[in-house]
Amino acid sequence: MLYREVGQYKSNYAADMAVFPILQDRIGIAVILVIAYVVFPLIGNDFLLNTILIPFLIFSLAAIGLNLLTGYTGLLSLGTGAFMGVGAYACLKLTTIFPHVNILIWILASGFFSSAIGVLFGLPSLRIKGFYLAVATLAAQFFLEWCFIRIPWLYNYSVSGAIEVPLRTFMGIPMTGPTATSLTRYLAVLTIVVAMTWVASNIVHGRIGRMWMSVRDMDLAAELIGIRLFRTKLLAFAVSSFYCGVAGAMMVFLWYGGAEAEVFAIDQSFLILFMVIIGGLGTLIGSFFGSALIYILPIALRLIPANFGIPIRPAAAEQLTFVIVGALIIVFLVVEPNGLARLWQIGKQKLRVWPFPY
Amino acid sequence: MRAPSSNETALGEVLLAVEEVSLSFGGVRALTGVSFDIRKGEIRAIIGPNGAGKTSMLNVVNGFYQPQSGRITFKGNVRNSMRPYAAARGGIARTFQNLALFRGMTTLDNILAGRALKMHRGFFWQLLRYGPALQEEVEHRRRVEEIIDFLEIAAIRKVQVGRLPYGLQKRVELGRALAMEPDLLLLDEPMAGMNLEEKEDMSRFIIDVNQQYGTTIALIEHDMGVVMDLSDRVVVLDYGRKIADGTPDEVKRDKDVIRAYLGETH
Amino acid sequence: MHILYLIFVDPFVQMVHAPDLLMQTLWDGLVGGVLYALIALGFVLIFKASGVFNFAQGIMVVFAALTLVGLHEHGVPAFVALGLTILVMLVLAFGVERLMLRPLVNQSEIILFMATFGLTYFLIGFGQLVFGGNPKVMIADDLYLPSGAIEWKGHFGFVSLQKIDIAAVVIASIMVAVLAVFFQRTRIGRALRAVADSHQAALSVGISLEQIWVIVWFAAGVVALTTGIMWGARSEVSFSLQIIALKALPVLILGGFTSIPGAIVGGLIIGIGEKLGEFYWGPLLGGGIENWLAYVIALGFLIFRPQGLFGEKIIERI
Repeated sequence: MLYREVGQYKSNYAADMAVFPILQDRIGIAVILVIAYVVFPLIGNDFLLNTILIPFLIFSLAAIGLNLLTGYTGLLSLGTGAFMGVGAYACLKLTTIFPHVNILIWILASGFFSSAIGVLFGLPSLRIKGFYLAVATLAAQFFLEWCFIRIPWLYNYSVSGAIEVPLRTFMGIPMTGPTATSLTRYLAVLTIVVAMTWVASNIVHGRIGRMWMSVRDMDLAAELIGIRLFRTKLLAFAVSSFYCGVAGAMMVFLWYGGAEAEVFAIDQSFLILFMVIIGGLGTLIGSFFGSALIYILPIALRLIPANFGIPIRPAAAEQLTFVIVGALIIVFLVVEPNGLARLWQIGKQKLRVWPFPY
Repeated sequence: MRAPSSNETALGEVLLAVEEVSLSFGGVRALTGVSFDIRKGEIRAIIGPNGAGKTSMLNVVNGFYQPQSGRITFKGNVRNSMRPYAAARGGIARTFQNLALFRGMTTLDNILAGRALKMHRGFFWQLLRYGPALQEEVEHRRRVEEIIDFLEIAAIRKVQVGRLPYGLQKRVELGRALAMEPDLLLLDEPMAGMNLEEKEDMSRFIIDVNQQYGTTIALIEHDMGVVMDLSDRVVVLDYGRKIADGTPDEVKRDKDVIRAYLGETH
Repeated sequence: MHILYLIFVDPFVQMVHAPDLLMQTLWDGLVGGVLYALIALGFVLIFKASGVFNFAQGIMVVFAALTLVGLHEHGVPAFVALGLTILVMLVLAFGVERLMLRPLVNQSEIILFMATFGLTYFLIGFGQLVFGGNPKVMIADDLYLPSGAIEWKGHFGFVSLQKIDIAAVVIASIMVAVLAVFFQRTRIGRALRAVADSHQAALSVGISLEQIWVIVWFAAGVVALTTGIMWGARSEVSFSLQIIALKALPVLILGGFTSIPGAIVGGLIIGIGEKLGEFYWGPLLGGGIENWLAYVIALGFLIFRPQGLFGEKIIERI
């Protein structure tokens, strides 16, 4: 089937303003969902689900969260890791205090805590912008990291100082804890990520998304057309941190099954920022591309040489990843500052007019 | 300063009046005791040599700069200074000398963004993009499409504005200001850098806006021909002071104005 | 009431009662501050000349120190290794200019900023791949850097000053002086300031941007090497230094991104502030507040003076 929009006339504005106005795109999304919900669970082994798909989805969600703030609203944040941490610790406290409520509800609810903290550290955006604001988010990063280590109440006074994920069931099926299968956890993560991506896409395509982008592109002009900058920025902090918080809670409860504060260190913030950059600032689909590239590249680097019989030390593989990722970031910025998502768009455009060049 | 001319009585009531406005930046005086008014339905030009304080004046009117002294009366409300949000809310829209478009957004989104004040559907509906939120989007889209038709930019509806040529960007910016359905439209050099044809188009749009929608317009422009043809009344600034105020013909004959423009020495 | 006493009275009582401890803390803070200032200086140099907020400055410190120690480990005599490391920094400057800055010219600040993230990652991976990721000991003795401590006895008691710290302060001061002269008095310095004001205007009067960029990145590389040697001699050469290097950011916030005196004063304020905070107020919170205090100081400062200590008030134009 050709990728064409010819003959797809829109007879009303609602149809033209749909998120995917082109039929082929809608079919594509449906196919991806079928693969994700049916094919992967059928063929997937533990390795595929647990080592690749679950983390890929979680990182994608965190990247979407950061993208809403940095890519759509233009506020650079270096505190993503800490905001994810707030979600994880909030979820632990919630499920400890109310053990009988469904864990998935708490995973989502923990996003609100992270939201509140995000707004708190977003308050300086009233006065400061750009790099200066990035330093404010660094304050959040280091302060929260310190809290995660220094306040034993947060990790339930566990001897190791780490979050230990308790067993929680949903209709008799273990959802979290050591006995939960990777399939259950995968489906839970997938559902949350799909739903939240859909919501994010609704937000950015509507009034709020336009307000965010106005602030990003030209904040003074945005103010003069009646957008209240401070509120808009805080809303971006709130929504973004919500996404990061949920991603953090999922990371600990549905992937690691237990984690120390280090997981939410500044390195995590940078990693997610890179995903956003490589994927493309201000695109949701780019968040998935970026997450795939940055998360899966190291795994590939570990596995592929081994398959060809070239032994490569795990440490060397990791260092090589750093070199390659670093170089890739620069190459991407040089070749296409708008990231993988832009390449994707160009590809689609080419396909649309194929076989003609223009 | 000359006495008010007789034809002012024919004009509408005062929409905006600035009185004795002074503005300085750390010792540099940008405006000194400037007073003038803008009446409902007119096209008012602000002219003057470079650095005369014209843009500063517009910035004071829509609240981007806070003057150190003076009063601003808008729609009967007297205040010492405007705030950008209050100005937008009160119906003052604005275009900029150096373009202040949202470059990463499409033409459509830019103009839709101009409807920000008129869209109210809550956060919850926005999350779902369904029901009232979608309905609202469609309603405003309809209104925006009228503006797009009016400005003849339908072909670039879905193009990112950062990639458009300058003249079209100017038009999109005008579109965004019109989307606010303003009572007072401030245009800062709407024709700067345009060729003759583009200038003619832009003049036509300005006149149409003024006549079709009854929008009051205040504009800064360097092209004297355009100013004299378009405007009902002209205020002339030089070194931050008002040196003349009146109809184009009156201003053209004013000695101070001639001196300011030609640098005549005595 | 007791908590208020602990916060507002007790620390000052302690300071008065044990002035030797106060002096010691101030000195430690001063030395830490000098090193922050040096990292910040590298940032400022590059920011002034190329408008790039060089996130990689911290890792350049580690990379330079690692190269020096690594070469020495492979049997290169210390001073030859020093020369070679300087050469490596020059190569790095050329590489950055050719492969990163030139293709990205005219891109927005944020894109360039992010490109330096890429550079950071690259240098981390590359450094570890070549020299290994384990912490190393700085070859302080081979470079004839002093070690040991002198006890300084005043009328208030004993203060112990590490000789390496004194050397660090002296060398840093010399370096700042040299840079200041370089900036103010030489032809290249003038060109540099011109570029800092406006790239296009500088180009139009015939200043070669490429050349300037290589020079400032090289200068920043040498500053990084010096910082790395000093810091390495005080503790060790390891990649954890990169986190500490982030503290140059609050320093820059205080001092402004383009001011060399600002970087120095900011560095000292942050260095001394966080040591005092940790020593006198830290125990109230369970310690470890050094990790974030600098950022919170900068944040508090920003809210009252967004343009920094030496920055001019920003007038927004449209």
